[in-house]
Amino acid sequence: MSAPDVEPFLRIEGVSKSFGTFQAVKNVNLSVSKGEIFALLGGSGCGKTTLLRMLAGFEEPTSGQIFLDGRDMANVPPWQRPVHMMFQSYALFPHMTVAANVGYGLKHEKSLSKEGRAARVAEMLDLVQLTQFAHRKPHQISGGQRQRVALARALARQPKLLLLDEPLAALDKKLREHTQFELMSIQERTGVTFIVVTHDQEEAMTLSDRIAVMDKGEVKQIGSPTEIYEFPQSKFVAGFIGSVNSFEARVISRDKGHLRLDVPALGGEILARDVAGAAEGQKVSLAVRPEKMRITKDRPDTPNAVAGHVKDLAYFGKDSLYRVILPGGLVQAHAVNARRGDEGAFMADWDDEVWVSFDPSSAIVLVD
Amino acid sequence: MKRSPTFLITVMCFGFAFFYIPILSMIVYSFNASRLATVWGGFSTKWYVSLVSNDAVVNALFLSLKIALVSATFATILGTMAGITLARFTKFRGRTLFSGLVVAPLIMPEVITGISMLVFFILMADWVGWPGQRGFTTITLAHITFSMVFVTTIIQARMIQSDRAIEEAAMDLGSRPWQVMFDITLPVISPAILSGWLLAFTISLDDVVISSFVTGPGSTTLPLLIWSKVKLGVTPDINALATLMVLTVGIGVFAAGMIMSRTERRRQLDAQMAFRSDD
Repeated sequence: MSAPDVEPFLRIEGVSKSFGTFQAVKNVNLSVSKGEIFALLGGSGCGKTTLLRMLAGFEEPTSGQIFLDGRDMANVPPWQRPVHMMFQSYALFPHMTVAANVGYGLKHEKSLSKEGRAARVAEMLDLVQLTQFAHRKPHQISGGQRQRVALARALARQPKLLLLDEPLAALDKKLREHTQFELMSIQERTGVTFIVVTHDQEEAMTLSDRIAVMDKGEVKQIGSPTEIYEFPQSKFVAGFIGSVNSFEARVISRDKGHLRLDVPALGGEILARDVAGAAEGQKVSLAVRPEKMRITKDRPDTPNAVAGHVKDLAYFGKDSLYRVILPGGLVQAHAVNARRGDEGAFMADWDDEVWVSFDPSSAIVLVD
Repeated sequence: MKRSPTFLITVMCFGFAFFYIPILSMIVYSFNASRLATVWGGFSTKWYVSLVSNDAVVNALFLSLKIALVSATFATILGTMAGITLARFTKFRGRTLFSGLVVAPLIMPEVITGISMLVFFILMADWVGWPGQRGFTTITLAHITFSMVFVTTIIQARMIQSDRAIEEAAMDLGSRPWQVMFDITLPVISPAILSGWLLAFTISLDDVVISSFVTGPGSTTLPLLIWSKVKLGVTPDINALATLMVLTVGIGVFAAGMIMSRTERRRQLDAQMAFRSDD
């Protein structure tokens, strides 16, 4: 996605921010390419909003530098940055109509004539399908419409970078799904680089090209949604995104691209994907996603198979969640329910004796 | 415990009677044809007519209005600036001292304020030769000083309620801080500014204590005129004059309240409408 030898569109270099003795952001390094949707994901207080506010210019980094399109952003005040923000509260101007809200930033575009401004406002309202609400005040429209006004207003001056602070948090579930796709299509049409701050992992996964997972002011991992989900590099990331079965393990040896582990909870030897930094004899964690677990009636002809019995199951219709007791502990397995009549179709029931297995490529070794 | 509605209504009636019977009796007696203030001699509006033809009263009225207008305007400007500062700049050197100093006149006895103003004006006249004579200027200055406190309190309360993010949004869209102030902050709090002005206006219009300290020869405001006349006995024309003042002040306070509550109600109503039309 991003060519490493080209200067990235946005480069954040060693940025830290302290408020008094509290360090909100710690030594963050990341690059974003032009036209990307990049998500900053983390729980509350992880520093994602502070980082966003530093990009907008509302906060100055305590140390480090921010480069946008090759230009150092230090000491550039918010009103001179080609960066616009969509606020979590939308922050619409209550005394102005929808059209005046959208056109507010355009009065600083000296090159634009009055007609040009009106045309731009009309174009923006059309983009977010609010043309018929142009003359309403913000308190006369619904929450979803307000969100679109905020988006149109932030896009009207054609920013190089659009910052979205929890863009969907204030919407109800149904509206959120719809708006999510709308945001993506608007981003595609305008080509503006988006940085989205969110605490919602699903939102980050569906919206963005790449995600930076943050915790306690630090960036824990940067990668595509698939990389973050399939190959988390730390226990925090594995646990924050999706659910995971995690076990203590010790590296026995490394052979043929696999790691041979001793996992007491799974009653013996397990084969896992090789990772850098795992040395023989080292203590590590083994993480396996519940949906990577297979449940079978008979012993499968694969490595990493453990016998146990079903303690609990939650039937959701198209899939089921099993809690299986193994000799060394409990695991969760998430399985799509088989078509009835398929060969080997098997739906485990309470107290059934089963085999739990997983492919070595799904077994993630976490060194930290 | 359940109280009977009759009990509550009685209590309420007594309360209102306590406040309003004196004022009502004054209004009624202002239409008294008799020269004696306490003896009813039939209905008449002659005291209102005699007021209008009384130069001293008319001059005092215009002086009072002029002072109220000028002092309310300056008090609103200064009070708005102080209110915004106190609400927005949460950290600056001497903030606690500043906020204390701003609200101190609220609890300071008016007599103290009046005396200190007088002493200050006398010293000023000694040192810099200004103000040469006490009158319109000194009264107006004194009124600005103590009525801006009320404006500050109203503006500060309004600013704390309003969302900081809308100012940031304007800045984000390219406006410098002073543009944000005129484009966003002031329009948003304009109802509060207006009600602050009205409050300052009415406070100035009916002030006796502070005015009496800082006034000079020939500068008699309406409340001062009434005060001096009452010392010689209550006459029906005083009743008529007081009735007019009650009316003016009452309308002012009522209008300020209406402006505040109407904008609030409209906002709520619109919010409900928008909620119903939600997609």
